Amino acid sequence: MTEAAIKLDKLEIDALSELVNIGVGRAAASLRHMVGEEVLLSVPSAEIMQREQAWGLIEKDSGGGLVAIHQHFEGSFSGCALLVFPEMKSLELVRAVVRTDLPLEDIIDLEQEALAETGNIVLNACLATIANILKQNLKMSLPQVRRGNGAALLGDACGDVPGDLLLFLYISFTVNSQNIHGYIVMLMDLPSLATLKQLIGEYIAGLTCQRA
Amino acid sequence: MTYKVLIVDDSKLARMVAVGALSRVRPDWTPVEVGSAAQALEALEDKSIDVALVDFNMPETNGLALTAEIRNLRPSMPVALVSANIQDEIIARARAINAVFLPKPMTDEALSGFLSGATLQLRRQQQ
Repeated sequence: MTEAAIKLDKLEIDALSELVNIGVGRAAASLRHMVGEEVLLSVPSAEIMQREQAWGLIEKDSGGGLVAIHQHFEGSFSGCALLVFPEMKSLELVRAVVRTDLPLEDIIDLEQEALAETGNIVLNACLATIANILKQNLKMSLPQVRRGNGAALLGDACGDVPGDLLLFLYISFTVNSQNIHGYIVMLMDLPSLATLKQLIGEYIAGLTCQRA
Repeated sequence: MTYKVLIVDDSKLARMVAVGALSRVRPDWTPVEVGSAAQALEALEDKSIDVALVDFNMPETNGLALTAEIRNLRPSMPVALVSANIQDEIIARARAINAVFLPKPMTDEALSGFLSGATLQLRRQQQ
């Protein structure tokens, strides 16, 4: 299988961005209940790119350490999904989620759990929305939190997923007046990316046929 | 009576979903698709548009800001704000500017409900 077999055309990228938009929109409503105030979202974008290229982009934007919450998914297409954001924003996100004026050491204790739960909500909403709309069933693992720098973090979290390409979805969200840029990255091998492309194609074709 | 529906969404796919749903629930109504708030305002210069479906999360001007502008131009036009972002604040702001909130993914039932209300409103205005 070649890279050409998984290259998405304009409408397929549009479709994928819209599915992510719906998924993250739902996640935002759940996050809103956790943080007690509105969560602002940017317009999402989707692209298939090389792992190094994606990581370069994230590192350039974050300027240092990263936190990733990752979950494996399995079904007609399988892989590893990550919610990534700069490590220095992690405590702010946790503070927003925990919503109390706890001392710093308590917040640090809660950090791991709060991050896992936030990632769980965002990643599940995205994956479940994509799966539902494409009429597929995906099995999701429990979320895990990893810290580190670009490539090492990726290898650590999703080292078992083969291939050089990944699906890079960018969306930023603002919580508690703190601008927390987040990235959603989905790593899939070539057969899974090809299946996803095919399912999106079928979904688009279905929309045209369903018209009265 | 048939009407013209303005469908505003930066996503071509989302517009396809809306046009598809409209063709099933009101086959004789006419969709007018545009991809941005600026294009929507241009399209509204054509006074024959009766109803608008406006996406919330769009680049440049978002759907709430656009709906507010539509309200200035056409105070009584039935408008629905369409979004997957079902946070209380968004729904409340839509209602505050007299727009119906329709969650994404858009279903035929939800669209049909909104259009039934819109039809009643438009008939009353014509009387």
